[in-house]
Amino acid sequence: MSDVADRVRKIVVEHLGVEEDKVVESASFIDDLGADSLDTVELVMAFEEEFGIEIPDDAAETIQTFGDAVKFIKEAQ
Amino acid sequence: MFDLTGKNALVTGASGGIGGEIARTLHAAGATVGLSGTREAPLEALAADLGERAHVLPCNLSDAAAVDALPKQAAETMGSVDILVNNAGITRDQLFMRMSDDEWADVINVNLTSTMRLCKGVIRGMMKARWGRIVNISSIVGATGNAGQANYAASKAGMVGMSKSIAAEVASRGITVNCVAPGFIATAMTDKLTDDQKAKIDQQIPAGRMGTPEEIAAAALYLASEQAGYVTGTTLHVNGGMAML
Repeated sequence: MSDVADRVRKIVVEHLGVEEDKVVESASFIDDLGADSLDTVELVMAFEEEFGIEIPDDAAETIQTFGDAVKFIKEAQ
Repeated sequence: MFDLTGKNALVTGASGGIGGEIARTLHAAGATVGLSGTREAPLEALAADLGERAHVLPCNLSDAAAVDALPKQAAETMGSVDILVNNAGITRDQLFMRMSDDEWADVINVNLTSTMRLCKGVIRGMMKARWGRIVNISSIVGATGNAGQANYAASKAGMVGMSKSIAAEVASRGITVNCVAPGFIATAMTDKLTDDQKAKIDQQIPAGRMGTPEEIAAAALYLASEQAGYVTGTTLHVNGGMAML
């Protein structure tokens, strides 16, 4: 498990209050982890701060799953 | 009753009569205030008068880049923006049939678009803090309309609809978004009216007089307070009964 994935998982668990083992690569924030649209905005904000990156709005919309987030952040770093 | 100790408030149009009084009132309740406006001299004078917990943050609201920078400057200066009061506004009164595109655009841009930009700029920090108060100063004419003010009335009505929409989006994060809609308020602007003109205005107001900036500031203070946490998406009309909405 990569460091990025661990850090992203920690943010997701803390923010959405879900069990760690539910945060798998294919887990959709909205459909599987109970996030609403505002939660997804806040998650992106948290990712930006944790990793010191900028995630533009059009890119943020493509981040639907935990795997999407990890992949995007790794590429952005 | 309302204690804003530890809260940081950004007030636009603080060089004007109503905005200055709102800043004074929030400051008196314990808030640190960021005084924004186009004219620096009256802002400096107000800050000097208030003493501690007052910062001057000049900004020309017709300059989009300056508007985008203001929330960041305010957060850097004060540490955060917990309360935003969008009070700045301009008029370009003209009969609708004669109203130019520029007269329309200037008013919409400063009154409505800059309010949108400032709301966007502060809301991120408020979401993280799980607390925020946005008070947008609308106007009675946003609800009633007024001859010669199609642009101004549209901007002030637009503010109400926008505030309700933002309120619905961020209510779950402890952020409230409300409007205050003043009626006729006695300021430097109305001092220029003749006694005859003032008497005619007073006749249209059930209370029989113009309102004071203090009466608008009290409404803003309430909506900025902890106690108003369950009030969101509303418009508080302060108009002496001129329009009962």
